[in-house]
Amino acid sequence: MQLVLEKRAERSNTIALVSPLIAIGLTIVTMTILFAILGKNPLLALHAYFIAPLTDGYSLQEIAVKATPLVMIAIGLSLCYLANAWNIGAEGQFLIGAVAGSWIAVKTQGTDAGVWVLPAMFVLAAAAGALYALIPAICKVKFGASEILTSLMLVYVADLFLDYLVRGPWRDPHGFNFPTTAEFDPVATVPLLIEGGRLHLGSIIALLVVAGAAILLGRTIKGFEIRVVGAAPRAARFGGFNANQLIILTFAVSGALAGLAGIIEVAGPVGHLQPGISPGYGFTAIIVAFLGRLNPLGILIAGLFLALTFIGGEQAQIAMKIPLDVTKVFQGILLFYVLACDSLILYRFKLVFPNRQVASGTH
Amino acid sequence: MRKSVLALAAGLLLAGSVSAASAADKLKVGFIYLGPIGDLGWTYQHDVGRQALVKELGDKIETTYLENVPEGPDAERAIEQLVRAGNKLIFTTSFGYMDPTLKVAKKYPNVHFEHSTGYKRDKNMSTYSAKWYQGRYIQGLIAAKMSKSGVLGYIGSFPIPEVVSGINATILAAQTINPNIKVKIIWANTWFDPGKEADAAKALIDQGADVIMQHTDSPAAMQIASERGKLAFGQDSEMIKFGPKTQLTSILDTWGPYYIERVKAELAGTWKSEDTWGGLDSHMFAMAPYTNMPDDVKKIAEDAQAAITSGKLHPFKCPVIGQDGKEIECKGGANLDAGQILGMNFYVKGIDDKLPGK
Repeated sequence: MQLVLEKRAERSNTIALVSPLIAIGLTIVTMTILFAILGKNPLLALHAYFIAPLTDGYSLQEIAVKATPLVMIAIGLSLCYLANAWNIGAEGQFLIGAVAGSWIAVKTQGTDAGVWVLPAMFVLAAAAGALYALIPAICKVKFGASEILTSLMLVYVADLFLDYLVRGPWRDPHGFNFPTTAEFDPVATVPLLIEGGRLHLGSIIALLVVAGAAILLGRTIKGFEIRVVGAAPRAARFGGFNANQLIILTFAVSGALAGLAGIIEVAGPVGHLQPGISPGYGFTAIIVAFLGRLNPLGILIAGLFLALTFIGGEQAQIAMKIPLDVTKVFQGILLFYVLACDSLILYRFKLVFPNRQVASGTH
Repeated sequence: MRKSVLALAAGLLLAGSVSAASAADKLKVGFIYLGPIGDLGWTYQHDVGRQALVKELGDKIETTYLENVPEGPDAERAIEQLVRAGNKLIFTTSFGYMDPTLKVAKKYPNVHFEHSTGYKRDKNMSTYSAKWYQGRYIQGLIAAKMSKSGVLGYIGSFPIPEVVSGINATILAAQTINPNIKVKIIWANTWFDPGKEADAAKALIDQGADVIMQHTDSPAAMQIASERGKLAFGQDSEMIKFGPKTQLTSILDTWGPYYIERVKAELAGTWKSEDTWGGLDSHMFAMAPYTNMPDDVKKIAEDAQAAITSGKLHPFKCPVIGQDGKEIECKGGANLDAGQILGMNFYVKGIDDKLPGK
């Protein structure tokens, strides 16, 4: 007798709905055992991870702040991935956007430049992110270079470029030569939404991006083209859709969104340009995109959920003295179960009883 | 069955809340760490300091820490989380937490903050750091004496003043022994990445360096030097177990006494914002035993340590000559002043390399 995974005749919509719930259930069971082994109270620990951050306004704001860049980047990436274009370099596009937008902030510092500064920073950041993403896209279309490799390698270029700027030309003249620009002027700072909190305009922009993507994919011909090119390239060719043009388009859009997320992060929560402005947002967003099943609403939920595990992980560290490593194990287990359960949408378990006579006959 | 599970659950919850209540009247002290505690370097030493604090005042205080907090947009939240959890004195232990600490400090004027290695202060925000360049000077003397090839290997983290002043102090010391000493510098662009640190050590040894010094936090370079039969200095912590025949000495960060002093002040209600920049004389750091060297070298090191501690010897005694051959303006009378050292952004003469970003 053996257990085999068998492809379903068609995808199971029931499983598609309950699979995240199964995954969360399995995660809770596993973590309960782990917490018990560590000698921590599993109920309190799970409370710290999942419930406590949702019970006060401060933590809710922080979840939104943390999720904002993740959601914006992941939406862009989902367009690429739907069109079968593999942009792995959102981290670099994020950094280049941050750099380009900061250029205006740095150049207008201390001048009486007006309210146009922040919108100009946004526009320039999005344009720079888009252009930066076009490098791997054009290399792919013109020369057939793997966009996975080229976009990834450009991350390091962007990282070092930013590093050079804040150590050299843009360094804060009063900053004891430490690698950072001076604090941005108020006109170059993303406005806060709630006095005393950290929730900023960027979260609203992220919501608009989600809505925009939902309309694009659900209601427009372009969105239809993107989905067809990814899902059925042959059918798309017969339909007269230009796959190369879509690679260029999706890369540009995703680069623009990553760049915009970059300047919002720098002009918002950070307040100045410095190395290390991104704790890997561009890469974490890849997880968010797939966790949200490349669906705009799904990505919003996935981004908020991942943000919750970060905030909850910190609260568990503080309240329960649970090491950070356990939080990482927790996130890993969760992702593992989500992906494992998702495979049940297309596959199912089946018990197979091999024919004994045939088995012995082979000897 | 179900009832017993519920009862168990309720019991667990109650047990948790009882233990939380008994800790409520203790002073809560929080720490933000850059690396994992297991880095065996920078963060590890801060945690050793925290443990010394718990040992000394454990009946009056409760400590909490958040480890591996990146120096970016997450730092402000991590610090604020500690405030919201009721911590009244918070130590943020890396340079990159400077602006986030200041922001949170402005928001919570009744909480006291201590930021390590920065320069911004406020009514409720102190800074503390150590004059590690003094230790680097001693290492430079030892390195020049022990190097057969006359080439030293230096693994830099980031070209910030603290690191640059360390390189300069090393070379100025080494030049008093061997005027032609060479130094190869590799910037790892990280504080903690054992893989990169090991690669840097290998590259330096391949370029002829036979004494390895580092401003990164893991013992990886020590292990490589040990494998290749070279000599090395530890960093932040005692690393001799990673190179019993390799480690010459190590600059040991000893935060414990400072943490105890500051928490005592907080308990007594006498805490006030200060700028502490302590050297060998105030025990902000110490030198690990001088090992794997002949007695005459050991004597040179011990004499220099005594002279620096007593104030007779200053690593940046004027004239200090810059890389371009011009004398650096001497703002401190007989030596460079604190501002010049804290903002050091030049190499001294004899370093055959270009400072990144210059």
